[in-house]
Amino acid sequence: MDNFLKQSWAGLRILLALTVLLGVLYPLSVWGVSRIPGLHANAEATDTSLVAVTREGDKYFVPRPSAATLPASGGSNKGELNEDYTKVIAERRTEIAQREGVPESQVPQDAVTASASGLDPHISPEYAALQVPRVARASGLPVEKVRELVAANTHGTFTTTVNVTALNRAIDSAG
Amino acid sequence: MSPLVAGLVQVGILVAALAVVYRPLGDYMARVFTTKGHLKAEKAIYRFARIDPRAEQKWSTYAYGVLGFSFVGIVFLYVIQRVQSVLPFNFDRGNVPEGMSFNTAISFVTNTNWQSYVPEAVMGHTVQMIGLTVQNFVSAAVGLAVAIALVRGFVRSQTDRLGNFWVDLVRGAIRILLPLAFIAAIVLIITGVTMSLKSGVDVDGQTIANAPVAGQEAIKELGTNGGGVLNANSAHPFENPNEWSNLIEIFLLLVIPVALTRTFGQLVGNKKQGYVLLGVMGVIWSAMLTVIWVAEANGLRPLEGKELRFGISGSALFANSTTGTSTGAINSLHDSFTGLGGGGTLLNMLFGEMTPGGVGTGLYSVLVMAIIAMFLAGLMVGRTPEYLGKKLGRKEVTAAAVSILAMPTVLLIGAGIAAILPSTQGALNNPGEHGLSEILYAYASASNNNGSAFAGITVTNDWFQSSLGLCMLFGRFIPIIAVLALAGSLAAQKKVPVTAGTLPTTGPLFATLLTGSIVLVAALTFVPALALGPIAEALL
Repeated sequence: MDNFLKQSWAGLRILLALTVLLGVLYPLSVWGVSRIPGLHANAEATDTSLVAVTREGDKYFVPRPSAATLPASGGSNKGELNEDYTKVIAERRTEIAQREGVPESQVPQDAVTASASGLDPHISPEYAALQVPRVARASGLPVEKVRELVAANTHGTFTTTVNVTALNRAIDSAG
Repeated sequence: MSPLVAGLVQVGILVAALAVVYRPLGDYMARVFTTKGHLKAEKAIYRFARIDPRAEQKWSTYAYGVLGFSFVGIVFLYVIQRVQSVLPFNFDRGNVPEGMSFNTAISFVTNTNWQSYVPEAVMGHTVQMIGLTVQNFVSAAVGLAVAIALVRGFVRSQTDRLGNFWVDLVRGAIRILLPLAFIAAIVLIITGVTMSLKSGVDVDGQTIANAPVAGQEAIKELGTNGGGVLNANSAHPFENPNEWSNLIEIFLLLVIPVALTRTFGQLVGNKKQGYVLLGVMGVIWSAMLTVIWVAEANGLRPLEGKELRFGISGSALFANSTTGTSTGAINSLHDSFTGLGGGGTLLNMLFGEMTPGGVGTGLYSVLVMAIIAMFLAGLMVGRTPEYLGKKLGRKEVTAAAVSILAMPTVLLIGAGIAAILPSTQGALNNPGEHGLSEILYAYASASNNNGSAFAGITVTNDWFQSSLGLCMLFGRFIPIIAVLALAGSLAAQKKVPVTAGTLPTTGPLFATLLTGSIVLVAALTFVPALALGPIAEALL
């Protein structure tokens, strides 16, 4: 016990010293570096197209469903065999098929499933293509123009995705 | 690119990057723990702590050091959470409740980083920085120190001294983790990870929480910690904005455990001894990746709980690496995985976190398993087993067995009680077999100091907060004490010369034995429990 207390006392002093170094100097230095202009400048999340925002109105593309209750990010955590959730997914599919005027079989997976963060700003090119006619109709933009905007906001090296947040802003500026 | 090719390219880039740094980092870490000189900053710390860095310790004093340091770490972390309301940068996030503070303090000190709290709503930036970030560093450094002490047990002979815990701890933190984390944080900032002292940002009228993410993100992966700065962890676009940041984070969580096999080879004076451990880890990691990836690609709703930018392969690669390393960060929700895929992430933990395991913990766990493997081989041929020139007698095998059995014992007791408590029903997010998987996963994660979750389960009641807290404690410190006792007993021995009867531990025979032991111990212990959870679910 004596030895334990002696070591704990030394441990407390080591912890305090390391707290100054690793808990104050380290994060503040990283913060300082993040202020260097041109590094990327997203430290304050100025690139807000990183997160999904739901926009009201038919003239906008719809992101994936979100199970998050902000401010807490998160997902559904529903298992594959959860029957109640299977019903929720079926309802989403019906709703989307009606909204876009297509058969249910054409609704892609990402349209009916919630992401892990609940903030996923991306949809698949298939889901974007599905929404183009409606967006064109409601926004008054020609279908070709909307397709162009979709293409301009399609990115990815390994997985090709369409950024809905950026795309909807492009729709705003085009309209 | 087809999804298959895209996935393989990502695996290829990851493996190539690890191969490039393997030797330099492994050799550097070996030098850190063998050089005599001290840095100025280190000398200042030793003076402040009134420690003589030249004084070598017996195994028991070394163990008291680990326990004492962890004890004050838990107390400090508990206290600052309980008084959060008076700390700056708390954004009206008040004092953290007792049970949650207790659980979180243990969680971060044991390198588990299990999170029963929602960071955006509960933790202010001060606790994140001076509390959680610090433990991200030092809990990893403790693991590293214990691993090095065990290796010294093999290297040294006829001594009762294992080194100085404080020196090993401070060197691991300052010379290895700090510079690597600093570089990693800057790289992550360049990929778009955020680093803000504000509480949030307004996006088209919606407030999205922000935090000093990059600094903590870097050490969270590098130290195989895994506690998210934000609730969605590495699935959050601010923690992991794109496919490149994703690949970098996977690299970070693997790099030290992988390179430590090189460090080990260097320290024992035979690099092949390290390569064979790396080979075993790599085989199991690859096999499990294949299982999880194929299972997820063929799921009923493969994108539920996954971020589109990572895709299925980027999610499977992360899930396999985070559960194989005791990191526990997540970029997709394992709870929504298929029975087989989710079962794979669970099994990765049940292997005892050695494929390749956490920082330091992975190395000492696989060495303990190597002792078990050599013991089994010795039983088969009727010889006293040896490993790295040390005889494995009663003391050594007992210590190894205690170290191996601690995790299954606390896991199964905890999960068993939780499964029959009436209050548990209300805590589950899914019915049937998957509900049991949620319980099993929680206790496996805590007992193995992983920290990931089938996160649908609500773990905020007193039973879960305290029982999972105890599982983390026992799962961490029983093996550590056993490993240090083992190291002490090995160091006291004479080296035995290699003879014709010595089983070589650098070849395929040993690799097969070791792989078999890892799989067998997990299978024999956990098949009944797994059969009722993920296996049943996979077969339905």
